[in-house]
Amino acid sequence: MLKARGRGAAARRAVAVILGPVVLSLVASGCVPADSTPVLTWYTTSDDGGQAVLAAQCTQAAQGAYRIRTSGLPTSADAQREQLARRLAASDTSMDIMSLDPPFIPEFAEPGFLAPVPSDIAARTTAHSLAGAKAGASWKGELVAIPFWANTQLLWYRKSVARKAGLDMSQPVSWEQLMDAAQSQDKYLGVQGKRGESMTVWVNALIKGAGGEILANPEAKPRDLSLGLDSPAGTEAARIVSRIGRQALGGPGLPTASENESMLLFQGAKGSFMVNWPFVWPAMNAAVKAGNLNESLPDDIGWAPYPQTVAGTPSAPPLGGIDLGVGSASKHPDLVYRAIECIVSPQNQTEYFLGNGNPPADSTAYEDPRVAEQFPMAPLIRDSLETSAPRPQTPYYSEVSTALQRYWAPPGDVDPATTPRLTGEFILQVLHGERLL
Amino acid sequence: MSVDTRRRSSAGRAAQPVRSERVRAEARLGWWLAGPAFVVMLAVTLYPILQAGWDSLFHFRLTAPADKSFAGAANYVNILGDPLFWQSLGVTLLITVVTVAVELLLGFALALVMQRGLKSVRGLVRTAILIPYGIITVVSAFSWFYMFDISSGFVNSWFDWVPGIGPETNWFAGTWGSLFVVIASEIWKTTPFISLLLLAGLAQVPTELEEAAEVDGATWSERMARVVLPNMKAAIMVAVLFRALDAFRIFDNVFIMTNGAYGTEVLSLLAYRTSIGRLEIGLGSAISVLLFLCVLLICFISIKAFKIDLAGTRGGK
Repeated sequence: MLKARGRGAAARRAVAVILGPVVLSLVASGCVPADSTPVLTWYTTSDDGGQAVLAAQCTQAAQGAYRIRTSGLPTSADAQREQLARRLAASDTSMDIMSLDPPFIPEFAEPGFLAPVPSDIAARTTAHSLAGAKAGASWKGELVAIPFWANTQLLWYRKSVARKAGLDMSQPVSWEQLMDAAQSQDKYLGVQGKRGESMTVWVNALIKGAGGEILANPEAKPRDLSLGLDSPAGTEAARIVSRIGRQALGGPGLPTASENESMLLFQGAKGSFMVNWPFVWPAMNAAVKAGNLNESLPDDIGWAPYPQTVAGTPSAPPLGGIDLGVGSASKHPDLVYRAIECIVSPQNQTEYFLGNGNPPADSTAYEDPRVAEQFPMAPLIRDSLETSAPRPQTPYYSEVSTALQRYWAPPGDVDPATTPRLTGEFILQVLHGERLL
Repeated sequence: MSVDTRRRSSAGRAAQPVRSERVRAEARLGWWLAGPAFVVMLAVTLYPILQAGWDSLFHFRLTAPADKSFAGAANYVNILGDPLFWQSLGVTLLITVVTVAVELLLGFALALVMQRGLKSVRGLVRTAILIPYGIITVVSAFSWFYMFDISSGFVNSWFDWVPGIGPETNWFAGTWGSLFVVIASEIWKTTPFISLLLLAGLAQVPTELEEAAEVDGATWSERMARVVLPNMKAAIMVAVLFRALDAFRIFDNVFIMTNGAYGTEVLSLLAYRTSIGRLEIGLGSAISVLLFLCVLLICFISIKAFKIDLAGTRGGK
């Protein structure tokens, strides 16, 4: 009897041990109703905490209409796309607000994964949007996401090197001039030669700068796509990449250099010119402040419009940034768009720029005097965003980009006579399902 | 059921030994204990395999669900006719063969040292050599990457006295440099695993056999070749099989260090990039199925080559 009672007590203890944590976790995960305020999930990209601050501010401004909860996405753009695509395809109802990289928007818009943007919200939030930012948030001529912040690359240069090379940086310069200057001064160019997204950014800017296109009709189905790589613009782009690679103008680290490596190279003794996003400015100032870089370095740094592919032809700076999209399975699309309108207000974009270094997509956000003080290159960023060119806007962007990288990296292997043609053929074979990638 | 009916009486077949009641009870208990785990294992391994097999018969892209269509064997035909698949298979096999061969030699040497040379500090040495194996592969991959990276690494400055290595050596700019680092990191991380398996094998070799061989005048190498190694064949097979399968499924190191660039693509990475990166579920599933078949083939070859029936070995015999 005692034994049986003992067994019963042991069984009860076992049940308590097993079920206790389950009940606790259910309570903690919110299965027990506590608050009827709708919770909107914002999938954010990594930053210095600015998106979390905006979420808190807009939650407060909503006065109980909704609450924004942030959920961090992976750091790399590719990994962000993969996670978002899986959740969207599974009709995850938590996809309320998504921080989206512009190149991946067509892929999500085409199958109807994004909730339509109400016309009044579209009109109000893009009334002063910069042209490039608005183009990047559109698919087939329609706004499918709301521009939040925009990004573009500038030409950063060491004033001392440019002076010695005899370049007048008040005038637009070409890649040819930069390559000659780096060679004559025995310095390295800061470019991104790694097999990665940065290579597509570079090649796209080079081809667009020569008046060409990677995809002639990006909105077409794979069977009807026509490529613009095998063209004078493609050949010129290949010539520039090839010369930098073969003459080692990008330094020994070129085949593995992404934006950060380029920045470190540029900050070093052999730095000369660099194409890169504006994050390099706050990063460099922070390094100087931390004592990791010489105090005199910022005085030697200048900025200019993105270099011209063909001398005399205006360049087409790369376009980046983040747009806010809404999942079509979201339970509260009306509230979500109200929240987005709050997030992307010009004041918030300004604060976000000042706090996190990501340039606004709204032109009026640049008028704040604090912006000019903290980012003296802000007017150039704004101008570049007006002339910037998006990467190919196609639902198959990922394939196009990855296929291109296989032929254009490392830069030393690029052959102007064959690479553009072979790349075009390969991209079509991949899109037609005839080749692996 | 009578004992007689359990006997196999057909001509030409060896008679099945009669199992006692105790053995049968143990077998039943074994099934009761292992049964639930067996069912769970079937659910979590068999279901994905069958799902992958089914998906591989379709043209199916996750972001174009409306365009899903039956492909039959088209995905397999495309994959098997693509040079990238064979290149990835070649790189995977190269990594497998080199790492397993080197690890087997190094692991055996370490096992011998632990068993014979350092009896007093065996526990300490065993713990020390286990440290690399205890490190998470991704962490180890990052460590090796940063060690060899041209901008952050120290290897170039430490070994600049070696011909061919200097401040401007970019290990990850080409196939062979990248593969060298990948293979070296694999060897560093998993040699302890093999050495412990081999140490267990060494411990099972009867000392009297070695002593008898020594008395008969056999040299050290003869004792190793004729007594020690044949007696630890099962342990060697387990070590080779486990490591070969592990090496064949290599992913983390390549993903972190090169992401498959410049001719370093391996099969797992190809399957991952096709399924997860391109979101081509059908094509990616077909690659995964082929990878699975390769793994089965490695198991089959290993077991046949070593001529060991692990299932036939019973305790208390």
